[in-house]
Amino acid sequence: MTEALTLALVGLLMALAVWTLVARDTFAAVSGFVPYGLLLTLAWLQLRAVDVAMTEAAIGAGLTGVLLIAAAARLRPTEAPAWAERPGLPTRVLAAIVSAAVAAGIGACVLLLPDPAPTLAPAVAQNIASTGVGNPITAVLMSFRAMDTLLEAVVLLLGLIGVWSLAPDRAWGGRPGPAPTEDPNSILGYLARVLPPIGIVVGVYILWVGADLPGGKFQGATVLAAMWLLVMMAGISDAPAVDRTWVRLALAGGPAVFIAIGLLGAGVAGAFLGYPEGLAKPLIVVVEAALLPSLAVTLALLLTGPPRRKDGDT
Amino acid sequence: MPPSVPVDLTTPGGLLLVLAVLLPFVGLMLGFVLGGRRAQQVAWVTIGLGAVLVAAIAHRLWVSADALVYLLGGWAPPLGVMLRADGLSVCMMVLVMVVVIGIGIYANADFRTPDGVREKRAALTFWLLLLAVWGSLNLVFVSGDVFTLYVALELLTFAGVPLVSLDGRGETLQAALRYLLYALAGSMLYLLGVFLLYGAYGTLDIALLAQRVGAEPVAWGAAALMTAGLLAKTALFPLHLWLPPAHAGAPAAASALLSALVIKGAWFLVVRLWVDVFPGVVTLPSAQLLGALGASAILVGNVVALRQARLKLLVAYSTVAQIGYLFLMFPLVAGLDAAQLDSAIAVTGGLLQAISHATAKAAMFMAAGLVYATLGHDRTADLRGAGRALPMTMAAFALAGASLIGLPPSGGFLAKWLLLSAAIATAQWWWVAVMLVGGLLTSAYVFMVVVRAMAPAPLGWEPKVRVPRSQQGAVLALALCSFLLGLAALLPFDVAQIGRSGALSMGAR
Amino acid sequence: MNTPTLLGLCAAVLVGLGLYGLIVSPHPLRKIMAFNVMGNGIFLVCAVIARRGAGAGMGGDPVPQALLITALVVAFAASALAVALVLRLFEETGSTSLSAQAAGPQPAAAEGEV
Repeated sequence: MTEALTLALVGLLMALAVWTLVARDTFAAVSGFVPYGLLLTLAWLQLRAVDVAMTEAAIGAGLTGVLLIAAAARLRPTEAPAWAERPGLPTRVLAAIVSAAVAAGIGACVLLLPDPAPTLAPAVAQNIASTGVGNPITAVLMSFRAMDTLLEAVVLLLGLIGVWSLAPDRAWGGRPGPAPTEDPNSILGYLARVLPPIGIVVGVYILWVGADLPGGKFQGATVLAAMWLLVMMAGISDAPAVDRTWVRLALAGGPAVFIAIGLLGAGVAGAFLGYPEGLAKPLIVVVEAALLPSLAVTLALLLTGPPRRKDGDT
Repeated sequence: MPPSVPVDLTTPGGLLLVLAVLLPFVGLMLGFVLGGRRAQQVAWVTIGLGAVLVAAIAHRLWVSADALVYLLGGWAPPLGVMLRADGLSVCMMVLVMVVVIGIGIYANADFRTPDGVREKRAALTFWLLLLAVWGSLNLVFVSGDVFTLYVALELLTFAGVPLVSLDGRGETLQAALRYLLYALAGSMLYLLGVFLLYGAYGTLDIALLAQRVGAEPVAWGAAALMTAGLLAKTALFPLHLWLPPAHAGAPAAASALLSALVIKGAWFLVVRLWVDVFPGVVTLPSAQLLGALGASAILVGNVVALRQARLKLLVAYSTVAQIGYLFLMFPLVAGLDAAQLDSAIAVTGGLLQAISHATAKAAMFMAAGLVYATLGHDRTADLRGAGRALPMTMAAFALAGASLIGLPPSGGFLAKWLLLSAAIATAQWWWVAVMLVGGLLTSAYVFMVVVRAMAPAPLGWEPKVRVPRSQQGAVLALALCSFLLGLAALLPFDVAQIGRSGALSMGAR
Repeated sequence: MNTPTLLGLCAAVLVGLGLYGLIVSPHPLRKIMAFNVMGNGIFLVCAVIARRGAGAGMGGDPVPQALLITALVVAFAASALAVALVLRLFEETGSTSLSAQAAGPQPAAAEGEV
């Protein structure tokens, strides 16, 4: 039974991937990208990677989909000129050969992977008790390989600084996105009033439960970011100006707390990002609670883009 | 696998490595929150502390004569992440520190927040990204885990791309987008290699991988993918097309940062992978292929540089060519190993080439920026008057050019001397020819620029702007670093060999 | 052929398709989409590796799964930066073309105070 499901999944995935390549209209291609992301969520579930499936649904299909749809809508005038610039046959043949070679190589590697596969699952199972969390992925992310998670938070912040740097000079310090226009009778306005309280509870719950069950701060932060985006899109609240100190503190606060606790570990537990005996779970909870708002704000602001208007502009 | 501590593997002073990685990012976050002209001040405080830190690390390495190691969280690989700094890493860290200080002094004038303005976009962005580039490079040099290196590569890309489009013009935005797409494709291929390595060997740690990797198809596939991805990021021919418009379009201080430092990160990773992880996997023919690409880069880059009408584009194509020299070291190391000789000469040659190019190229780009500010343009046909108005700067340009050509006593001369010795020792005469021709071509355009700049200006011509002495001083200082680096021959050679265990060698096992 | 291997081969095809799209598509937004397709293919390879490493009571090796979460988030940030660049390029020049002609003449860059 799972074979048939997997085959169907594979068929649909490849069909959608081809669609995103060949569709003439970029907006149509992007519309194929979102279900592609959701199908991938099913693929992760087929491979028993539940945390990854949640992250894919939230960030890979959800946020990336929003990003691409908004961009495709604004870039409609560039369709025709781009189509005229399609590379000639020799380039396409060369690209096809290179891509086919890479795909064949990867396929061969997949088939040649050793059996039995080397794995760190036993090592994780042996050491997870000292981390105080029950979800092995959270243990890896927050304890064994915590440095990667810390650096990842820095990567997000850096990406946001890069996005903000693209603002025109006259709009620096202003607000991203178009000016809010609220239509109180629209369905969007209605949803933006009803959903956020529920969404906030769901987001925090996903963070909390991620310690022992699938979930975690990235998935939770995405839900919170989505709620804020909904409110901004409906015009109920305006995007924050980028020169406000509270915005910057919110963005840098999470990584800063993470580094501080890491240094505490260096002093008390003998290693940077080590946790003192018995305090692992509380410290992990503190770090995740600090990272959650930072991540949510970062993800939302990555979507809204560089500042475009200052208060007082018409 | 025992729980947390024993941190036996951690050497004393290993915490310095963690601080070296985190300090720039802490500075970044502090500068980001404080904003405005405080960001520049925070950057300088951070640079000051960082210089002390790097000196401490170098001292520690010298005293212990072995690599510095740190276990993050107390977890030993394969479960945890290890930081490891050997002689090669520390040399590169010192290089980055020196160049960052030089670029910082230069940028003090260019990226000041003027009085009366609360915050300027370009100034804030520059100082934050300077710290980010520095921190990412430190992570590249000390990380002992291939996935952490992927995160470091992404940090480097995110720090480098906005530097290209700092002035917001259409063509720099286009160049930045092209750079980003190449860099992302490269990161993805590298990441795929990382996953394949884990799938085949069950670890991400470089030291453990070195023990477990064997000459199998999966390892070849991983090596090919990771190398291809890194070549795109370091702009080796034929994946160099993104570099000239990107580096030429950025403001001078940013160009210096990009050409001197950012691309060295990816090169360093290729060295780390080929010499530490894949020595039994990469064969002499594949090393020859890398060398052939490097030779093509040298020839194509230099020839195209000769034809450039703008000084900054000329310097950018010169970078394309000089990167080729960095990849000539691979067939030489492989050849020496195959002949059972000590490959230290070729590795040190490559390292010296990287250091002398970084300092020389930073000086050249900043000199080009000063020339532009003084003349109002940077057309190579029309440089007269620049020499008289900017004597220190043109002297610096000439010294930097001498290092790129390979004139004694410059670092470039010593590097090429070592590489030539390696080529002769392994009877690979074709590399000798390539290096000589490359030197000739480089000297052609360096002399052309200097001679034209020395021509007297038209009567009554006044420089557009009087550039501050501090900027000229910084340019000259970096150029002198590169020019006098050849005196490093007086130091014992094995600085670069500290921490490298003897069993590691390239070529067929 | 079991599920992980089947999905692994599917992943290889996706990487090939994504790479082709990245090289060939003229519109930068399509390139970004192709980059995402390629990235997802690579992530699928990692998930296959994780599944093959199942043991010790877990359905899959948690280390590659944790790496995947990190990589997914980083890929999103990269897409966001790329899209912001494309939109800004469009606002500034009215076109999103990456060809050298569209850049217009290369005038002297503004140096000094930007």
